[in-house]
This record gives sequence, C-alpha cells and structure tokens, in this order.
Amino acid sequence: MKIAVCVKRVPDTETRVKIGADGVSIDEAGVKFVLNPYDEFAVEEALQRKEKAGAGEVVVISLGSDAAQETMRTALAMGADRGILLKADRIPADGLAVAKALAAELKDGAYDLILFGKMAVDDYNHQVGPMTAELLGLPCVTTVAHLEIEGGKGVAEREIEGGVEMVEFALPAVLTCDKGLNTPRYPALKGIMAAKKKPIEVRPAAFGAVRLKATSLVLPPERKEGRIVGEGAGAVPELVRLLQTEAKVL
Amino acid sequence: MGNVLAVAEQRDGALRKVSREVVWAARQLADALGGTVDAVVAGGLGVDAAGAKLGEVGADRVLVASDDAFARYAPDGYAATIAAQAKAGGYAAVIVAATATGRDLAPRLAVQLDVPLATDVTALEVADGKVKATRPVYAGKAIQQVVLDASPALLAIRPNTFTPGQCAKAVTIESIGAVAGAARVRVREVKAAEQGALDVGEASVVVSGGRGLRGPENFFLIENLAKAFGNAAVGASRAVVDAGWRPHADQVGQTGKTVSPQLYIAVGISGAIQHLAGMRTAKVIVAINKDKDAPIFKVADYGIVGDAFEIVPRLTEEIQKMRAG
Repeated sequence: MKIAVCVKRVPDTETRVKIGADGVSIDEAGVKFVLNPYDEFAVEEALQRKEKAGAGEVVVISLGSDAAQETMRTALAMGADRGILLKADRIPADGLAVAKALAAELKDGAYDLILFGKMAVDDYNHQVGPMTAELLGLPCVTTVAHLEIEGGKGVAEREIEGGVEMVEFALPAVLTCDKGLNTPRYPALKGIMAAKKKPIEVRPAAFGAVRLKATSLVLPPERKEGRIVGEGAGAVPELVRLLQTEAKVL
Repeated sequence: MGNVLAVAEQRDGALRKVSREVVWAARQLADALGGTVDAVVAGGLGVDAAGAKLGEVGADRVLVASDDAFARYAPDGYAATIAAQAKAGGYAAVIVAATATGRDLAPRLAVQLDVPLATDVTALEVADGKVKATRPVYAGKAIQQVVLDASPALLAIRPNTFTPGQCAKAVTIESIGAVAGAARVRVREVKAAEQGALDVGEASVVVSGGRGLRGPENFFLIENLAKAFGNAAVGASRAVVDAGWRPHADQVGQTGKTVSPQLYIAVGISGAIQHLAGMRTAKVIVAINKDKDAPIFKVADYGIVGDAFEIVPRLTEEIQKMRAG
C-alpha cells in the first residue's frame, strides 16, 4: 500500500501569539513549531495501514520553507519512509493555491491513500485536503474518526453535529483525519536516528494564482475585566441575578 | 450583479438553525452589493416545504433540489448541484455554513468554481467592490482579515455569529435540477447521538467540565446543569478528553472546537491558553473554580471561587427554579 501523508509545520498550541512587524503574520521569534496535531493522526494511520498490509511505502509531503524539513523529520522518526518538500518561502493564505501545488505533486504518485489532518491549527482553513481530492478527482471523506478498509473499499465514520455519518468509498481516496482515529506513537530513539538518513526531496511549489490574501492580523479585543461574584454555593443566587439582569443571557 | 447564493442546510427534511444565519448573512451582503438573495436547499423529496421559512430572514427566492439520493448528505451530488446553480446564476458571493457538512462541501465547491474559499468567517464587508472577510485564526488567538479576489466570493460562516433579524420577504419557491455528480462517496447511514444531545459548536449555552471534576463519574453534575438550561451542550477541556473521560466531540479549545455561545460556563477548568482560545468569543463567560488564581478568572465575566461539587448542584437548582417560574 502506497500512502502519502500531507503535513504542516505550525506553532505549538501553547503559543502566545504576537503580531509580526508586517501586520499580516505572527512574530515567530521564540515560537516553538511542531507537526500539526491533526497530522499526527494521519501519519499514525498511514503507518498502521502499511504495517497491516505488510508492504508498501509512506511518503510525507509538506509545503513550506526549509524549516518544514525539521517537522517532516518527526514523521520520518515515527516511521515514514521518505519525504518531499514543496518549497515556498511563504505559505499562501489561499488554500486553493496550496491544494493545486499538492495536487500537481500527488497526481502521478500512484498513491492508494492520501491522508491529511482535518485542519491546521494555525490558519483553521479546513480545506486543503478536500480541495486536493476534488482537483485529483478522487473520493474524499473529511474529519474521519474511525476507518475500516478491506479489499480496496472503505467505510469511514465522521462526526457531524449531533451524530455520526458512515461514509463508503473506494480506493484510491483522500481522507482527512480527526482526533480519536488512533493514538499517535512517539518516535523512539532508533526511529529518530534512522530519520536523519531518510531522504527528503526538495522541489519548488507550483501555486498558480493566489486570489485570497490576508490584509491584516490583529489580536482579539481584550475581554473586559470580570469579577468574582463570591465564594461557595452561597454566591449562586447573586450569579443568577447578574446573568438575568446585567448580562441578560437567561 | 450583486446577487448572493445562500446554501441552506437541512437534516431529515428540517432546516437547521444555521440556515437562517446563512441567509441572513447573505441578505446583509446582498444589501451592501445591491443584489438579491437566492437560498438553495438540497434534500430528499418534500424538502421544499421547509424552504418557505427562509423568506423571514431575507431570501427573495428559494431554489430546491430534491432527490431521493439527497435525503442524506451526498457530498459529490450536493457540490455538483450547487456549483451548477452558482455558475448559472452569476452570483457575486456564495455563502455556506462552517458546519461539519459545510466544511466538507465548500472546498469541493471552491474547486468546481475555481475560486478561493474563506472559512469560519465571523464578519463580512464590501470594500472597493471586493468582499473582505474577518476570521479567527490560531483558534481565536488572532483575527485575520482576508480579501477575496474572485467571483463568486466563496465564504463559510461560523455558526452563532450572524444573528438573524427580521426581514420578511415574499419568497418564491422554485425547483432546480438535482445533479448526481461523480458520486464517489456515499453516506450509508447516520447514527444519531443520544436523544436531545446538542453539539457544543452550535448550542447557545455550553457547560464545560475539566479536571476539577476529579473523574468521569462526576460529569453527571455538568450534564444535569446542561439539562436544567434546556438548550445547553456539554463541553470538556483537553485534559479530560485526553484522559478518556469525555469524547473528542465535546472538546473545546485549539485542538477541539471553537465555540461562540451566548453563555459559557467553565467548571473546574483552570484555563490553559489553548482552552481560552476556543471559548473567548462567548458572549458571557462564567467560571467556577476552587483556585482563585486560575487563569480562567481573567477571561470570565463572573466567577465563583469554591467547590464545584457544592456550587454546581445549587446552580442547577436555581436554573430549574427560574425556568419553572
């Protein structure tokens, strides 16, 4: 089974965001970058599928600057076989442009499965995976939390508001992975050492037109200072009164 | 042409609440552009009856694509049908809901229409004839503004942020053809969650619990409080989801859901930065925590310091009394 996993380098979720000097991106000074948390589920799923099949290859693909190679090494240390970096100094805000660059790389790769995280925790776009699928003309299921594949056919479960959808598809297919799909492994020391020798090919990313542009990035308005209503259960009636008469939400 | 296409969402033939928000957002944008609003509904046979109500929030026309195969969400068919209408109608903008369905559908539309997509939009404006969208990024730790340089401007709006007003229109209902599309995937079955369970992303009141509850067996306190409100969903912190106390569907925060309810009650949640990111856009935040220095109190409008095991049952009782009275 030949599987591609598309991953992104993102700021750690504990990052305190500061706005950069350009006014459209964050100040990266002192920020710790990690493999996008949802991409970890995609990498793990790919490794388990390959192990189950007993043969195959897991290729990690990322789009970004040279620094993304460090993130790709995390996936290689988990057990992926090799990497392809589509190099770009900046990742465009236009998800369709990113999807086009990925689709151009993926289209002749003869992959049985192409996996993404359900979204990146930086831009919250939720779109590059399904766009890539549509560009490639492949079946796509998004936010997959449970997956069964047997004989070239699959059933994926995805959470919807107030329920779960069971979706049938045939391989090759594109899936975006949600938390709950599996438990990502930690790279072992042996894996980390081996990852250093695994190849990462670097090619320029072919975006085409970028038609959605970020014009500003600001911090959200501070919430006005709240107050402690009181201590213990005795403060509850006053809280309810405030919610009714002052906040007017009851 | 400043007309806007609003993509309404239905389940089991009933319109979802977010559909009114989508049509209302479309109405605001159409007014700014000097155009009209078409709402499109894809669904099973008989779905047109539901569509008539969209006139109340500003639809001029409701376009119904009904087909047996559309009773459940049909990703490829819905996309093909709506894309065909979007092309034929020459709209300035197409608006969908940033729900599980909308987030799955909108990227497919983007490719079929070859236009970029702005997701999770919380505000819209028109500047120099172009649509500008405001959207939270980094789970709300920063607010990005983007400009869409393509027609139609394709937008997915976040539920609970465009509150519909009144705009009674004499709506006309028309049928449009259902296009099967490539039908590459098929929704075989929908398993409904527990009766009456509300999704944290959509509920107007969210009651969340954290590690302060000491164990999954104590979440009944949170569930009871949510039930007392009648319209509340149960949320959870990452710590308790990671510990397996609650399903991931309930998680609020940067690797869970970003919520904007009218009222958010955080019980026994200290307020890690990734959690705060997910709920800071709630209208009103209440925190209940035994540690008076917990970071959650810095964003809370109202706080009570003390033992959740005493405070939450009392609050449940008071809310029940209030709703009964």
